[in-house]
This record gives sequence, structure tokens and C-alpha cells, in this order.
Amino acid sequence: MSRLASTLRRLFARKIVLAAALVLLLVVATAIVFPWVSGADPNETAVTQRLHAPSSGHWAGTDELGRDVMLRIVHGARYSLLIGAITAAGAVAAGTLLGMLAGFFRRLDGPVMRLVDAMMAFPDILLGIALVAILGASLWNVMLALAVVYTPRVARVVRAATLVLRELLFVDAARALGVRTHRILASHILPNLASPILVQVTFIFAYAILAEAGLSFLGVGVPPEIPTWGTMIAGSIEYADRAFWTILSPGLAIVLTALSLQTLGDGVRDLLDPKLKKAS
Amino acid sequence: MLRFLLRRLGGAVVVLAIVAVLVFALTRLASGDPVALLLGDQATAADIAQARTRYGLDQPLPTQFGLWLGELAQGNLGQSIFLQQPVAQALLDRAEPTLFLALFAVAIAALIGVPAGMAAAIWRGSAADQAVSTVAMLGASVPSFWLGLILIQVFAVHLGWFPASGYGDPGTGFADRLLHLALPAVVLGLLNSALIIRFTRAAMLDILGEDYVRTARAKGLAERTVMLKHVLRNALVPIITVIGLTVALMIGGTVVTETVFNLPGVGNLVVRAVLRRDYPVIQGTLLVIAAIYVLINLLIDLLYTVADPRIRLEGK
Repeated sequence: MSRLASTLRRLFARKIVLAAALVLLLVVATAIVFPWVSGADPNETAVTQRLHAPSSGHWAGTDELGRDVMLRIVHGARYSLLIGAITAAGAVAAGTLLGMLAGFFRRLDGPVMRLVDAMMAFPDILLGIALVAILGASLWNVMLALAVVYTPRVARVVRAATLVLRELLFVDAARALGVRTHRILASHILPNLASPILVQVTFIFAYAILAEAGLSFLGVGVPPEIPTWGTMIAGSIEYADRAFWTILSPGLAIVLTALSLQTLGDGVRDLLDPKLKKAS
Repeated sequence: MLRFLLRRLGGAVVVLAIVAVLVFALTRLASGDPVALLLGDQATAADIAQARTRYGLDQPLPTQFGLWLGELAQGNLGQSIFLQQPVAQALLDRAEPTLFLALFAVAIAALIGVPAGMAAAIWRGSAADQAVSTVAMLGASVPSFWLGLILIQVFAVHLGWFPASGYGDPGTGFADRLLHLALPAVVLGLLNSALIIRFTRAAMLDILGEDYVRTARAKGLAERTVMLKHVLRNALVPIITVIGLTVALMIGGTVVTETVFNLPGVGNLVVRAVLRRDYPVIQGTLLVIAAIYVLINLLIDLLYTVADPRIRLEGK
């Protein structure tokens, strides 16, 4: 426990990292607690209150159907954060497996990494729209497609770190003691990959929120009736001339969250073991 | 040296082959029949079957893949289902805005990224360094289409300085086309400068730690001379590399940006193709873009080898 406390103290020694963590905590807490406490319906329309500018009644104004933009941002946070979290989890699970296999077994390295290279030859967003088009546009398929898009990135980082770890003395020792390969991977290599993986989680979390917005804008994202920050902007584009706030505030929510995630990830990277730092 | 070149080239060919398989598999796994979509509700089963035969969609998948590869080898990317023109022609018709947009944007990204990265490295740990790092991260946190929409509102709708969308009328002058590209290029340039900033900073820091820099300082050279002649000159190779890499990444960025600004480029083409399930166009564009990416990376590696003999010797 004291080790965790000292790590956290070192992580938050940089004020900007602490600020980022607090912002994220606030965003997550609001997303979870507020809709549950308030009970207000983010899809409730009010025809008489269409496209009202921000005021004390509607902090972020109302949209083309008279819905409260702030309320929808808070509800949208649930979906946007969910997309980020599931995408990051999926990409990390698949990427870690591929990366460990490639890094640990020399014979798999070539084939796995060529596949990773080939996948990375497609621009992220292009691969994303192609996959969603194939799978069909739904919340789950967007997350699945984005997880596939970001898997190669994780695989590269994990492979590089595994290559370093494989040569270290404790792995040799485990091998000499007759520990089975899968045990070495699970109990000796994997725990040491935690920090580089955590860095990737924060970055992919941020990229996924951005990518979801991009997919929604291109018309191949989450169905428009689900309020994510991306679908909110995409849905209000044609009113941007008259009601700028309808696209401004959901975008600011994305920027703030993505920036905080990446700042946190950068802070974690600073704490990394110098041996693994190059790999991340 | 030759062995290194051949191995690198072989690797690129393998990657391209996997890319081809992935592209083919992706578009064939798709749900939704493009022929039925094209012919509409009025089409009879016989019409659809006939069209499927015409586009070769009735053959078994391995045969389709073989046929496709054979055509590719002859430089034929297939025929668009909706545009009534060959995919290669459709790509060529739309290459100009995309190419100019990418070059324009890279120029902006480099003009921001290189000086900012250098400053951050020279004054490492200072407030300036912190500020540059934060701005770089901010660039990676802004959705490009959103920034585009905001710039359109401010600079096109309200101030009227730039056109809000399009690429000018056909046959319009070069200056007018550049004007149409200004806002999209700023969006892409700003957002892609982050990578150049980080890379330049890291490259400069690497070299600042070299013995020859210490020697240059020890023999009393002015700091300016050390920076320009010893540090910057040696950092140039990695910096040029990352600029090349940015060009490759930029191609993906144009997909969204061209849609925001309604530029008639390759990105716009592929988005429409995806929405209409125009498989040949999707296949051709994905393949060409991935191939360009692989080739740029290969080129960068080769340049590196020429510029820095340590790399090719290390591989032995």
C-alpha cells in the first residue's frame, strides 16, 4: 500500500497531471451520479425552446429540438466514456496477447509483426469507417471496430517491452527453475508490462472518444438517437450558423477529456522504468 | 548494404501482400448487396443476377481474389459501381486537392513543429518546454472536424476571409484553389504538428547529450554556433524523417477534413463509397493509400540508411 502511495505521490508531483486526474474524476463522477440523481430526460424535447442561447436556465443552451445541451453532454459522457473504456480494454487485451507472442517467441515475431505493419498501413479513421460499414453501424460495432484499429499500436509497444524483459535475469532464473513458458508469460512478463500498457490505455481511451466523434460526423458511427458527444455535434451541424453553442460545448467536453487522459498517460510514462521507457 | 536493402524491400512486399488480402477480405465480409442497392427496388432477380455476373460477384471468393490480383498486376483497380468510371480514373481525378491539401498542411505543421520542438529542447524543463508539451497534447485532443466547423464559423461565415467549402469552380486559378485549401490545411497542419514537435524535441535532446556537443562547448564555441552547426545539423535527419511520416499520416487525416470542407478529393471519394458500398472504390482507395504509406516508410528507412551508416552496420 505504501508503494502505491509513493507512486501516486511521484505521479502527482507534476501539478498538471494532478489537475488532469481531478478533471477526469469529475467527468466520470458527474456522468455516473448526475443522471441517476436528477432523473431528467436528456431526450425530452420542448418545441417552444428551440435553439435558445446559453442562459441561467440552460447553461449550454438548447438544441434544434429544444433539448438541454448541458443535460445531454452529461448523459453523453456515459456513452462516450463507455466507448473509450471498452475500446481501450479490447485493444489492450488483443494487442497484449499479440505483442507478448511476437516478443517472446522468435518464430512468431516475423508473421505477427508483418500483420501489425499491414494493419497500421491503413489510416486509423479509414480503417474505422471501413470496419463499421462492414459490421453495420451500432454502439457495439463502433467499439469493436475501434478496438481492432488500435490493437496493432498496443501490440507494437508490448512486443518491444517483452523483447527487453525476455532477456532479463529473472526470466532466465525462472526458466532455469523449470517454470513453464505460459507461467513465465503470465506471472513474470505480464506484471512487468503493466505500466506501458497503462500508458496505452489512457491514450487509446482518448483516441477512441475522438474517433467515435469522427465516425458519427461521417455518418458511419453510433446511431444518432444515442447521445454521445460525437452524435450531438454531428446532429447539430446544420444549425451551427444560427446556434453555435450546439456544436461548441460537446466539442469542448471531448477536448477536455481527451487532453486530461493524455496528460495522465504522459505522467505515467514519466514514471516508467528507464529500461522499458524506450518501448513505450 | 545490398543485403539490408533487399531485406527491407522484401519486408515491404510482404506487408503489401498482407494489405491486399486484408483489403479484399474486408470488402467481401461486408453485409449489404451493392448490386441490389445500385439497381433499386424495381430490379428483378434476373437483373440482379446479370449485374452480379458482369461485376464478377458470382464467382467463388478465391477466384474473385485471383481475378482481382491479376487485374491489379496490370494496373487496373476495377470499375466503380456507382460512378460509371474506372477506379484508377476516379482516384486520379480527385488526387489534386488531396495532394495539395496534404503538402500545404505538412508545410504548416513543420513550420510550427520544428521551431517549437527545438525551443522546448533547448530550454528543457522550463515553462516554455511545459507550454509546448501541453500545446502538442492539445493538438492531439481536438477532433479535426470540430475544429474545421469552428474555423468555418469564425473565418468563413462571420469574417468572410475564406470560402467555407469546395475547391472553387472548375478551371479556377491556382491562387483561388489555394484559398479554398487554406482553412482545411490549417486544421490538418495544427493538429498534426504535435508529432513533429515531440520528435524534434526528442531528436534535439538526444544530440545535446552527445560528446561532440560537449567538446564543441568546451572549446569555447558560441552557443549559437553549437546549436546551429553541431546540434541542428545532426538533428535534421530525424526531423526530415518525421516530416515524411507526417505526410503519410496526413493522407488519413484528409478523409475527415475533406468531408468537412466538401473538397472533391480522395477522402471525400472514399467516404461516399463507404456510404454506398461501392466495393471497387473502397478496395482501390484503401489499397492505394496503404501502399503509399508503406512506400513512404520504406523510403524513409532507406534515406536513414544512407544518412547514418550506423544503422546498416547494426543490422549485421
